Amino acid sequence: MIYIRLFYEFFKIGLFAIGGGMATLPFLMDLTAKYDWYTKAELTNMIAISQSTPGPVGINMATYAGYNAAGIPGAVVATLSLVAPALVIIMVIAKFLADFNENKTVQAAFYGIRPAVAALIGYAVWELVKISLTIVNGNGVTAIDYPGAFLCAAAFGIMQIKYCKKLHPLVWIIIGAVIGIVLKL
Amino acid sequence: MNIKNRKISGKILSELYVSFFKIGALTFGGGLAMLPMLKRELVDSKKWVTEEEILDMYAIGQCTPGIIAVNTATFVGFQEAGILGGVIATLGMVSPSLIIICLIASILKNFISLPAVQHALAGIRIMVCAMMLQTVVTMAQKGVKDKLGVFLFLAGFLIASFTPVPLALVVIASALTGMIAKKHEGGKQA
Repeated sequence: MIYIRLFYEFFKIGLFAIGGGMATLPFLMDLTAKYDWYTKAELTNMIAISQSTPGPVGINMATYAGYNAAGIPGAVVATLSLVAPALVIIMVIAKFLADFNENKTVQAAFYGIRPAVAALIGYAVWELVKISLTIVNGNGVTAIDYPGAFLCAAAFGIMQIKYCKKLHPLVWIIIGAVIGIVLKL
Repeated sequence: MNIKNRKISGKILSELYVSFFKIGALTFGGGLAMLPMLKRELVDSKKWVTEEEILDMYAIGQCTPGIIAVNTATFVGFQEAGILGGVIATLGMVSPSLIIICLIASILKNFISLPAVQHALAGIRIMVCAMMLQTVVTMAQKGVKDKLGVFLFLAGFLIASFTPVPLALVVIASALTGMIAKKHEGGKQA
């Protein structure tokens, strides 16, 4: 039954994705290998849409993944399963552990978790780059998509400029859409 | 942060739902991008919490599983109206996403085969790659502070990329490594 599977997978993501919405990305990436709910290319579209619509990005991505897997009921199940672990944990912390984040053990654990979360997101992004910036030619051979790679590098370079760093993701997504239509990518 | 001693009425529950629905519907991006909106609604308008309390919640949200903005909703709801309040505030926060994303996903399904949409998505995917690379750089800058951080980053990346080890296990192992390293450090000082 797909809903039980969605519940299991998204409850797990809710429990182990620590440090914000993008921490769910590596787990969503892993689901592409396990189920046929969405492809890696579709996951890239999901990120773009989740970043350019209202609401927390992590929730938006879970809703989208659930919708792709099993329609509106799937979206509801995935979203509620994602928030369920935190719902319990946060209320327990609120009741019993007032100085939770100042606790030495908690801080030591996060000293280790932070680099790992960055690494896991790095892994997911590398997977995205591999499918977004390559093309499969007629012989089934995968090659680098040079125009795409160049555009990506250029955009990344421009993002390093202080003013551009603060631009909203929506701006980049609109620029991407316009470039895509104009250049017929 | 104590739970306020007051009778939980339907009024406070509906106010919690509406307030967090509004925050979810009007903020883009999540995380820190939501702070100004949270402050306006929860501190200035409703006076449920102080600004310091919101910042505390963010600090806790960064050290707990889940989506930070949603965790803040759970926290405020619980504080105002107990377990039911926590649940209602959380549902309010996620409701707009459910509605908006389902709408967009169903619309996109009908238009995805159009050439213009395909070209636009191809361009968008390239920009998403650039933005996500930027995210990794920022997170690595914030999270990787010393040699152990570099080791955990590289080990995490290689394990996730080239082995079938579950990602959850990588998170748990890194937490334990952090705790052991800090304990060792403390032992040396003593």
